[in-house]
Amino acid sequence: MIDRAPNYLLYLNVLVIATCGLIYELLAGTLASYLLGDSVTQFSLVIGVYLSALGVGSWLSRYVENRVARTFIEIEIALALLGGLSAPLLFVAFAQITWFRISLFGSVFAIGTLVGLELPLLMRILREHLDFRELVARVLTFDYIGALLASVLFPVLLVPRLGLVRTSLLFGILNAVVGVWGTYLLRPLLSSRGLGALRGRGFLVIGLLVVAFIKADTLTDWTEEAILENPIVYSTQSDFQRIVVTQRQGHFQLHLNGHLQFNSKDEYRYHESLVHPALTMADDAGHVLVLGGGDGLAVREILRYDNVKAVTLVDLDPAMTRLAADFPPLAELNEHALADPRVTVVNRDAFVWAGEGETKFDVAVIDFPDPGSYSVGKLYTTRFFQLLRRRLTDSAIVSIQCTSPLVAPKSYWCILNTMQEAGFDVRPYHAAVPSFGVWGFALAGMQPLLADTDGGFLIRHPLPEGLRFLDSKTMVALFQMPADLVPAQTTVNRLNDQVLVRYYEQEWGAM
Amino acid sequence: MGGDVSDAPAHCPTRWTRRELLAHLAGVPLTGLVGCGLRDQLAFDGQLLSPDVSIGHRLRDGWRPPGATEPPEVHRVVIVGGGIAGLSAAWQLQRRGLDDFVVLELEHQPGGTSRSGERAGFRFPWGAHYVPAPMKENETLIELFLELGAIAATAEDGEPVFAEEVLCREPEERVFFQGRWIEGLYPHLGASDDDFSQLDGFRQAMRDWSARRDQAGRRMFAIPMSRGSDDEVVRKLDTISMDQWMQSQGFTSQRLRWLVDYACRDDYGLTIRQTSAWAGVFYFASRLRQGGAESQPVITWPEGNGRIVRHLANRCGRRLRGGHVVTAIRDAGAAGVQIRAFDTQASKTVDFVAEDVIFAAPHFLAPHLLVDWKASGRNIASFRYGGWVVANVFLDARPRETGREMSWDNVIYDSRSLGYVSSTHQTGSDHGPTVLTWYQPMLDDDPRVSRAELMRLSWRDWASVVVSDLRKAHPDIGSLIRRIDVMRWGHAMIQPRVGFVWGDQRLAAAESLGRIHFAGTDLSGVALMEEAFDRGVQAGDRCQLPSVG
Repeated sequence: MIDRAPNYLLYLNVLVIATCGLIYELLAGTLASYLLGDSVTQFSLVIGVYLSALGVGSWLSRYVENRVARTFIEIEIALALLGGLSAPLLFVAFAQITWFRISLFGSVFAIGTLVGLELPLLMRILREHLDFRELVARVLTFDYIGALLASVLFPVLLVPRLGLVRTSLLFGILNAVVGVWGTYLLRPLLSSRGLGALRGRGFLVIGLLVVAFIKADTLTDWTEEAILENPIVYSTQSDFQRIVVTQRQGHFQLHLNGHLQFNSKDEYRYHESLVHPALTMADDAGHVLVLGGGDGLAVREILRYDNVKAVTLVDLDPAMTRLAADFPPLAELNEHALADPRVTVVNRDAFVWAGEGETKFDVAVIDFPDPGSYSVGKLYTTRFFQLLRRRLTDSAIVSIQCTSPLVAPKSYWCILNTMQEAGFDVRPYHAAVPSFGVWGFALAGMQPLLADTDGGFLIRHPLPEGLRFLDSKTMVALFQMPADLVPAQTTVNRLNDQVLVRYYEQEWGAM
Repeated sequence: MGGDVSDAPAHCPTRWTRRELLAHLAGVPLTGLVGCGLRDQLAFDGQLLSPDVSIGHRLRDGWRPPGATEPPEVHRVVIVGGGIAGLSAAWQLQRRGLDDFVVLELEHQPGGTSRSGERAGFRFPWGAHYVPAPMKENETLIELFLELGAIAATAEDGEPVFAEEVLCREPEERVFFQGRWIEGLYPHLGASDDDFSQLDGFRQAMRDWSARRDQAGRRMFAIPMSRGSDDEVVRKLDTISMDQWMQSQGFTSQRLRWLVDYACRDDYGLTIRQTSAWAGVFYFASRLRQGGAESQPVITWPEGNGRIVRHLANRCGRRLRGGHVVTAIRDAGAAGVQIRAFDTQASKTVDFVAEDVIFAAPHFLAPHLLVDWKASGRNIASFRYGGWVVANVFLDARPRETGREMSWDNVIYDSRSLGYVSSTHQTGSDHGPTVLTWYQPMLDDDPRVSRAELMRLSWRDWASVVVSDLRKAHPDIGSLIRRIDVMRWGHAMIQPRVGFVWGDQRLAAAESLGRIHFAGTDLSGVALMEEAFDRGVQAGDRCQLPSVG
């Protein structure tokens, strides 16, 4: 027999169970709308599946004939495991996007069914000690209080403080604690046989979830959850990097290893500034080289010129160039540039590629990621620029993105000084790109760059049609460096002494 | 090797079972050994290699080749041994206009312990894999490096400016310590103020040694060592071990002791207790400019010092004879020096006669090959050589990383091995397949025990040791391995044990015996490319110039 005092404890149990149940549902809904976009549809579907699963669970409870208390505890432990691991597992499943919907709704259904089983079983346990009227009133009251608690806690405290993965694990732990606690509360109703094993399982699940809670940082990249303020429309872990595309208000954003690469809202400012100064100034632009820039957006700008005969795009990651060619929103944005017959895609490390071949190019457009690691920093060394020079014609022009001269002046000027050291004639220029702020570029010539009488640069070819940012006047203005972007003294970046990586860490790390 | 190197067993008893020995070599408990039970599941192949010792051992055991059927080849100089010392001697002879020579090398591939390998589009070292950038005083070596294209310019102070692509690319080195990779070799995580102040003190002591000059104005420690001081101050260091010297200076920090022990194992294949304090200090002080804070930068190539071998061997052209086992060298007075060799390819004996002979094989072979050795009254019993294992590990992809990026030199703190170097590091390739060259010296007090163990273990055994060791830092590496080739070097390095470097036997060994001149890094007491080169050049200089006309 259970005496009266533990009855109240059992209501507390109901409260926790109800909170946990709703939290799992909210997690699934949030994850679905983060990862799949279209939150109305996702929440609506998740709630629908969850509620119907509750019904299935309630209905199934009639098949539980004896050992009701034990079954109740088994369900608690199972629910703790399933619900607790739901968010981390769904994050993992998201990398395999075709399976994601199946795992999402499968887990919502399974969790719903288990939650649906809980209350009827608990009410049957309690019915011997209360009259039916009081039982229904109390159990349902606590159930709804739990729901209120969950719906308030979730957006206000849990998601901002703990993130999705830890919230999921925390409530799994609570759920498991309720299960283990139940083995003590309901002790009179449980046979001794197998009781130890039951408790053991409960503690095992608690231990597992606690470990996962502590290790959650490695489980999902914390940064990834941070960028999830926008819904993800695509994500994959390639051999080289984590590629994530997010979407917001009709615009989308590409992130590599958590760093924003472009926002479709204003990328034209960046890519027009990167490409057109070099292409309009080049004597000949028959053969153009693009290093990095696997998104195809720089290539799009280059293909606007009729005199461009061939473009070679060298990008490390085949997953990135495939995405640029095949992922509809991106392929539309780059105007199917990578499908153009003039374009050849080479998936190689540009450093290795530069040292291997013989063919020479008239223009090189360099769009590498920022030098945040030594493996990228090597692409900004005197050695690399010397290798590049061997792949350029005598009158070739190079343009390069060089991080923000406002945020990271040492990094910016280090890149320019390094190119100068390698033998290029180098000019700084900049453009405002709202998603990035003031952004820095450089133009470099194998021969000294000619300036016309206005102090602007000699434009040999007119700008093509269809630009949204540049015209001939604004292009000249890009080369006017304002007073807060004056040259900084730096060391030259060499393979054996990659000072640039350290500048970059200091300057961006201090942000 | 655990936290305290001084407690590590320096001697491993031969009564150990094979499995115990394996676990000991891998520095893991028996259960942690890949080879234990899992040994048969190594899902890749490879080869077990060693220098060609069979004929050497037959010679040692009394075998003599048949007589030559053709009259002897006559050359002005015959060089015995095609390692760095012999090839450097040949280089020097050519510089002096002395072109009539041959180099007789036992192996089909030249280079000795500086040789390299090539497979599947990769080049990788089989032994020595770097040279600290020489300072301007080492003019001859700088000339060689100019030929190699390793020097781009000369700075205003006269120091050479090395080409960017031959200087070790950053990130240069990292150590796996307390579960993650950290920058540099010093395990600074959790170090106390006392640890850091001892580290500073040690560095200052080395700077002081590099700044000090003897009465003749020589550096106390120079490269080559023959340019350094032979003053009583440095000779005294040779009478104690590096461990004793550290104790006497109050350098007791465990982290510092690990660093110095690592340096001794890395450069000499000896523990801090086995290494002469002279050699221990030499390692650090000789690489510093006068009183400078920074060690000389490191010069390296994907194939290690095999790049130097290739250049020197190319310059010899057909004068380099591979597969020639020299079996006897005899000074026949007016008739010249007679050399008998067995050409293993043609399976016949060839005789040579020369005016000068440069003996550039390991010095321990001299008593076996010089017919009149006994009459010289020389004793070289103190020349002892350490055994090494070098494995080239072919990976399909890079392992997952925690902390510092993969560097050129990757050291595992808790290991008996020296870690590995990445052969693709200098090529600039940071992704995809690579070859890691893994090194482990045999640290037994008696090198003969080491050699016996080295030869007793199978490829499977060694592959298990290598994988077990790499797994400490790269748990996922097992599935990435495509192939492991293992080289066993029985006599890899001369060992600068206490008393050897400034002992009479070494000093006497460098003297010519009549027209037989000796070369080899063992004459310097330390195994370094610069020493082998210096000894080779000196021997080349001792040969008589041809008469004009």
